Amino acid sequence: MIEALFSYDFLQNAFLSGLIIGVIAPMIGLFIVVRRLALIADALSHVSLAGIAGSLYLSQQVVFFAGLNPVYLGMAAAVGGSLLIERLRRVYRNFEELAIPIILSAGIGFGAIFISLAKGFGSDLVGYLFGSVSAVSRQDLTVVAVLAAAVLVFIYLFYKELFTLSFDTDYSRASGLNGGWIQILFMVMTALVIGASMRIVGILLVSSLMTLPVASAIQVAKSFRSAMVLSVILGETSVIAGLVAAFYLDIAPGGTIVVTAILILLAVLGGKRLLGLRHPEAEEEAA
Amino acid sequence: MQGSLVKLTDVSFSYGSSAVLKDITFTVNPGEFWALIGPNGSGKSTLIKLLLGLLKPSRGTVELFGKPAGDPDRKERIGYVSQKSASFNSGFPATVLEVVKSGLTVKRGLFRRFTEDDSKAARRALQAVGMEDFTGRNIGELSGGQQQRVFIARALAAEPELLIMDEPTVGIDQQNSASFYSMLEELNREHGIAIILVSHEIDLVTDLASHVACLNHTMHFHGGRRDFAKLGDRDLSKWYGHPVRLIHQKEGGGSDD
Ligand SMILES: Nc1ncnc2c1ncn2[C@@H]1O[C@H](COP(=O)(O)OP(=O)(O)OP(=O)(O)O)[C@@H](O)[C@H]1O
Ligand SMILES: [Mg+2]
Repeated sequence: MIEALFSYDFLQNAFLSGLIIGVIAPMIGLFIVVRRLALIADALSHVSLAGIAGSLYLSQQVVFFAGLNPVYLGMAAAVGGSLLIERLRRVYRNFEELAIPIILSAGIGFGAIFISLAKGFGSDLVGYLFGSVSAVSRQDLTVVAVLAAAVLVFIYLFYKELFTLSFDTDYSRASGLNGGWIQILFMVMTALVIGASMRIVGILLVSSLMTLPVASAIQVAKSFRSAMVLSVILGETSVIAGLVAAFYLDIAPGGTIVVTAILILLAVLGGKRLLGLRHPEAEEEAA
Repeated sequence: MQGSLVKLTDVSFSYGSSAVLKDITFTVNPGEFWALIGPNGSGKSTLIKLLLGLLKPSRGTVELFGKPAGDPDRKERIGYVSQKSASFNSGFPATVLEVVKSGLTVKRGLFRRFTEDDSKAARRALQAVGMEDFTGRNIGELSGGQQQRVFIARALAAEPELLIMDEPTVGIDQQNSASFYSMLEELNREHGIAIILVSHEIDLVTDLASHVACLNHTMHFHGGRRDFAKLGDRDLSKWYGHPVRLIHQKEGGGSDD
């Protein structure tokens, strides 16, 4: 495999993209998980499905779209969806949690319409749904790298605000932290991470890469900082192991990456039980 | 001379169709220490949320530091301990120090990272509530009272100009609660920090505070502690809607200023 990595450009592209999203997906995912908004990642990835399917369909109809990378429209849809969720959450305060399923359903609905209209686009679509080792172009890699840089800068600059808002929204507002636009930026960043990750892990599994490593990390991490570091380490482990397995088995990497992340989570949960390290929530349940 | 810190004018509020507060006018000036009392469900927490800008009044105006409450560009610092602060997500991966430092986020300002000074300020605040040995502990692994003390430290860390605390000592043992109250007294007297304290420990807080506000959907009384001390249990019982007996520890002998 190492030789193949040197001799095939596409493999290099896939691996480098994988390494990058292995960092940013769990990082953004940590903020999502601690705020119990894991469904947002799902909703946005399904919205990007509508964008991708729309782009693939249009590429059969309009010459312009034939030359356009579907990832762009997918990402644009996710960003649009993220802004819409924020808007809905504000307008229907009492039905905050409804905003997410509404957007999620809209994403699947439009996705299904475009897919049926196009009368199927076979392997192309499967690549977007479950990821692909061979479909990542140099251009895709560049896009992923640029997006990742934006996400990392965002987290670096707003780390303390993001932590404060995630831990206690009421306190943040009372203390004078104007979280409105930071929240909107955060949603856009989430959409960008989804856009960057979908080539490798696939639309259906992006949210798993954002949440599973985090779920494992917060089982053992005491501090937020260590939770972030651990999430990234476990995310990278899943991506690398998953990509290697996908290469040898010649299957879509999304599945192998996510299954690796699940195995890690099970191992962490099992290990904790064995060592008697228990989570406060577990103690409460036992009490 | 600085204007009032908090100013509510003819404020009414209802959750949906159920009216909770009616025609509240209430002012807090610099240096004042207010005890806000009233029975369960009388609207104390609601009033606090209104004056912090967390809720919008149905009628009337709420001003904080001379600007409409909820003004996103407020620079003045407020330390807030909410009534249910211990009901956060208990699996949250954060240490005590990280939580207390989050009280310094606004003070440090956008685009700046925490410094060593911030960690020191957080440790000082933890020391003030006797939690300095817990800095590295996970917040979810502390007892309820310990968590509450951490949230008090978070409110103190930024050296606020106004402290707003909604039943801060619930769940805190007697000794720590006593030292907490004497710390409040000191913050108010020595450092001139204005305080609004919601509590059901009526005897205690109406002796401690310089001013008392008695709320039960409307503001039945607000004024200096001495005037409050002149009231009889009859008035209080009427406002509370059930018998209330006060034992004034410092009656007559209290030094007001
Ligand atoms: N989020 C809410 N939605 C609807 N009604 C509410 C809400 N919060 C409070 N209320 C109602 O408003 C009234 C006042 O509540 P509030 O919490 O302000 O009382 P309180 O004086 O703080 O009481 P306590 O001493 O128990 O803390 C109560 O009747 C309560 O049922
Ligand atoms: Mg209350």
